Amino acid sequence: MSTRRSFIKISALGLGGIAAAGGLTRMAMGSSVMDTITKKTPGKEKLLHRTPTYCEICFWQCAGWVYKDDEGKIKKIVGNEDDQHCNGRFCPRGTGGIGQYYDEDRLKTPLIRTTIDGKQTFREASWDEALDLIAKKMKDIAGKYGTESMALFSHGSGGAHFGQLLKAFGSTSIAAPSFAQCRGPREVGFLTTFGDIIYSPERIDIRDTRCLVLIGSHLGENMHNGQVQEMSDAIDRGATIITVDPRFSTAAGKSKHWLPIKPATDMALLLSWIHVLIENEWYDKEYVALHTTGFEQLKEHVKTYTPEWAYGITTIDPNMIVETAREMRDASPAVIINPGRHVTWYGDDTQRLRAVAILTALLGSWGRRGGYYQPEKFHLPSFPVPAFPTPKRQPSQVYEGKYTLANEVVANGICDATIPTGLDKGKYKGWIVNGTNLLAALPDQAKTLKAIEALDLLVVVDTMPIELTGYADVVLPECTYLERYDMIRNSNHRQPNLALRMPATEPKYKSKPAEWIAKELAGKLGLSAWFPWENIEEMLDWQLKKAGTSLDEMKRIGVKNFPRETDDLYFKEGEEVSFNTNSGKIELYSSDMEAAGFAPLPVYTAHEEPPDGFYRLIYGRAPMHTFSRTANNPNLTDLMDENVLWVNPKVAKLWGLESGQPVKLKNQDDVISTFPIKVRVTERIRWDSVYMVHGFGHNNPKLTRAFGRGVSDTELITRVHIDPAMGGTGMRGNFVTFITDINNTEKEAEV
Amino acid sequence: MRYAMAVDTHKCVGCSDCVVACQTENNVPIGYCRDWVVEVTDGTYPNLEAEIRSERCNHCENSPCVRCCPTGASHYAEGGVVLVTPEKCIGCGACIASCPYDARYPHPDGYVDKCTFCLENRVKKGLNPACVSVCPTKCMYFGDLDDPNSPVSKVLKNRKYKTLIPEAGTNPQLYFLI
Amino acid sequence: MREEIIVSGRMNHLIDPQLHIWNWQIPLYLFLGGLAAGILFFAALYTIMHKEKEYPTAVRLAPFITPVLLALGLLALFIDLHHKLYFWRLYTTLRLQSPMSWGAWTLMIVTPLSLIWCALNIKYLFPRWDWKYKWLFQLEAFFRKQQLPLAWLMLISSLILGVYTGILLSAFNARPLWNTSILGPLFLTSGLSTGAAAIVLMSKNAAERMTFARIDLMLIGIELFLIIHMFMGFLASTQVHIDAASLFLGGPYTVPFWLFVVTLGLAIPALLEILEIRKFYMPPFIAPILVIIGGLIFRFIMVYAGQASRWLY
Repeated sequence: MSTRRSFIKISALGLGGIAAAGGLTRMAMGSSVMDTITKKTPGKEKLLHRTPTYCEICFWQCAGWVYKDDEGKIKKIVGNEDDQHCNGRFCPRGTGGIGQYYDEDRLKTPLIRTTIDGKQTFREASWDEALDLIAKKMKDIAGKYGTESMALFSHGSGGAHFGQLLKAFGSTSIAAPSFAQCRGPREVGFLTTFGDIIYSPERIDIRDTRCLVLIGSHLGENMHNGQVQEMSDAIDRGATIITVDPRFSTAAGKSKHWLPIKPATDMALLLSWIHVLIENEWYDKEYVALHTTGFEQLKEHVKTYTPEWAYGITTIDPNMIVETAREMRDASPAVIINPGRHVTWYGDDTQRLRAVAILTALLGSWGRRGGYYQPEKFHLPSFPVPAFPTPKRQPSQVYEGKYTLANEVVANGICDATIPTGLDKGKYKGWIVNGTNLLAALPDQAKTLKAIEALDLLVVVDTMPIELTGYADVVLPECTYLERYDMIRNSNHRQPNLALRMPATEPKYKSKPAEWIAKELAGKLGLSAWFPWENIEEMLDWQLKKAGTSLDEMKRIGVKNFPRETDDLYFKEGEEVSFNTNSGKIELYSSDMEAAGFAPLPVYTAHEEPPDGFYRLIYGRAPMHTFSRTANNPNLTDLMDENVLWVNPKVAKLWGLESGQPVKLKNQDDVISTFPIKVRVTERIRWDSVYMVHGFGHNNPKLTRAFGRGVSDTELITRVHIDPAMGGTGMRGNFVTFITDINNTEKEAEV
Repeated sequence: MRYAMAVDTHKCVGCSDCVVACQTENNVPIGYCRDWVVEVTDGTYPNLEAEIRSERCNHCENSPCVRCCPTGASHYAEGGVVLVTPEKCIGCGACIASCPYDARYPHPDGYVDKCTFCLENRVKKGLNPACVSVCPTKCMYFGDLDDPNSPVSKVLKNRKYKTLIPEAGTNPQLYFLI
Repeated sequence: MREEIIVSGRMNHLIDPQLHIWNWQIPLYLFLGGLAAGILFFAALYTIMHKEKEYPTAVRLAPFITPVLLALGLLALFIDLHHKLYFWRLYTTLRLQSPMSWGAWTLMIVTPLSLIWCALNIKYLFPRWDWKYKWLFQLEAFFRKQQLPLAWLMLISSLILGVYTGILLSAFNARPLWNTSILGPLFLTSGLSTGAAAIVLMSKNAAERMTFARIDLMLIGIELFLIIHMFMGFLASTQVHIDAASLFLGGPYTVPFWLFVVTLGLAIPALLEILEIRKFYMPPFIAPILVIIGGLIFRFIMVYAGQASRWLY
């Protein structure tokens, strides 16, 4: 790294005193973690008090109860029975969320980057000092470059508060990696077909489905709580599960059919399924006639996409393609071609999700029981504030005419625009980053670092000393979700519902809630008009009273479900439905795509294949962890403390690899993993791919449990295939090979 | 009364929620567990089968651990649940060596610890054990085998099941639906 | 390929990834118990046979080390306990199904017996010993009158102690290697053999040495027979028992077992003793020392290997 912003392991000076004593403190803290979480004589203490919350360990945001013992110590978190997200059952991460609170590696105090004796380091600061500095720098940026040069990256509940701040400041560049690094292509693919998006939690009716098709989606390993629960219900009801995955995932183990597809060829399979449905007239004719446009063009388009054609590409037996299509027809309309969530794979992902949407339409499952339901959300008024100033530039203007179909802000688009090129000195000069470790969330780390290098101000607000904090000018310690209020959770679901998060206890150390930080900072920027409430309780109470409840009631019940305003969970038989597309119909042939200059019907494109001796790097989720953010959680690392590399036995034999053996990985661009990863020799993966769970291989030693455990897939994803339609970062086109002599590479790296 | 548990291997996804819920419910120290998840894969790519099991003490009817305990610390409690009285346990480790399921471990405080089916802190209050009530897949069934209407009795009546190492003669009361 | 993994990273201390709940303390305890049992057995036997004169070392001298051996054994056991302060709980109950329980009670009988035995023979070691108090004289006189019943009691309890060192392990059906009823007689034989060897070591009387060398030779023969029998039993049994046996037949314990226990601890001393009986001169301490070390290593190997043997599921 260049001199201006070198990576600071949050340990150096200022913290020096603490760090030196830190050894002792940590030990003491460590045992206090043990004490509080583990003290013996179970059942003897009384759990007296419970407070409502909704979980922040992942985006599913299940509502639950935090239990404290009579000493006020948090003991456990359990689901709220009334909550549609979790039905009273938290997932392992939610149950282990307690570990985030007790984690002794948490950020404890505001830190400011400073230079002492020519060396960059952090010094401890008071909140006042840190926020003053941020306010001053933000004003400088506004004066020099305009308010629109500030951007916010956020993932999670803090986004609402900092978003309010940024909008009041005069910028709408508010990005979340959950769009262009995750579900973006899905939303655009469905928006251009059905005129509506999938939402989160997804509007899929797994509970009542008779056939669930998972394409590269590994439910059960990605622990989308409600979906996993409903998949279990579906298994109980004898639903057919079809899994398309190069890996024998947990879901594949529950499936009637596992289609071990050659990676990067899913589009061929989808087109072939469409072909089979149309050729055999297995599609829902009435539904297609009533609701769709472009069927004839589609029929013509898929004529040549026979199962035999797909076999040559996907390696899937043509009979199996027909058989699985028949299963879908038999279950129709109660069939779900799962649109998935993380779908940014190969750069043509919007088109692939269009194919999924088209299949969905042909099977008549949109708006039908067991397919896709129509979610409803409560109309919760916002606390009245003045109109936000209009920034001189909208984020969509910085992509230079690209990503025209993006319906949310493209995080990597902001990142790219921050990097100066030629005369352009960079379109962003300040970032606030909250609740996302951009170095793990965005692929191509070198690019992200280049953007950070060009910034005048990087503020990182987080609970943990994630890698990104090492590059920050100011680090702000946010308290965990168990110690704070946030906005009312208002989600799209079968029934409109609201959920409250309130602090179960005081914030630990000097950490503060995001809402407090945003409001204080607004005060220092002269933007208090947009935060007119005395405290957040007043604002929440105002909102809740408008909803016919109150903060007091919500504190008692945690979750409130409301009756639907319209009785349209599913379409009525033969009912005319108006879709929010250009034609008012489901567009099998997409006019939006066509207008934007993209193929109006999805086509198959061959993607690059691994070179000799290389294997496609596939990554995924483990049920015990959320991305990289839980990698240091004491309860969750206890369940899984590192990722392993799945290798087919044939490949293992070729390379002489054994289970448990540490190897390093090198990708096609000669990037070598910082740490080694242990091999797991398993039949559960194809011989042309290797697999690891995302979110490990942390290199900040301050994350004592996560440091050096496993490999970061992100650092090996240096080749990114951008989806031209919406800016999604396709990350599955990277290939790795094994370095078995791990000590040698360490020497190399040192040189 | 005979308490028993059944785990549906078809539904379990191995998320280990049962493990962490048990830890927080029963104050099991970090680094230890009373229950755990096993995944078995059989076959050769692409013809594979997998079985996932949430495992714990089998609360055997003929428990080697109770038999070999020199002080009576290990004992049968209500409903045949096998418990350890910490105040009687000398930590000799005989019960640990005697368990074919390796379900017991020495607690850092010295006594031997294991799954209790949450008998005292939950079951006697009419609640399910923590693992059963948290499981997102609802793959676990608990109850009294002597009561034909208990969830575990009903599911064992309708489904094929197995126990682990029945040939060890322990008569385990943790059933796996297969 | 069959693959079995523990998903949730179970790493219970002393259990995972492989059971090692018992460390050096238990095999040492079993060895010392067996050795003491062996010595006390012979002392009792020759007292009952009225051969104190012919075998003074066996009857009078050797038992002096048994209280020490037993105390060290109990100390090792105590060190092994994880919940030490509750040690006394052992003696609040007798649980017949628990070898650990009746072993503890057996020790409760054998240890005082060994002390009484020493007291009765103290003048053999210290001819000018004086009990000083009258009641001690009376006590000694009482026990001396009861010496024959005492000898019978000691004979039986030492046999129980010797068998117990094996049954403690063989009662665990969870560990297939231990789960053989031969282990009781085998450990008893081994204990008697090490006891005889100890007597040979301590004896200065050539005739006594020769007798005990012969006894030891016979015991080694029985021991080898039992070991072969044990393996035959395993190999003719279920897969888990075959697996247990294979720990010694090609597995990780093959070399230590066949080299240190069978060859150096049994075969070579047997050979040396045969040669000695055939009047070849042999340094008299080599064979018994090999037997004793072999007996110790045998306990260690059995305890460690047993914890590596397990059921399949």
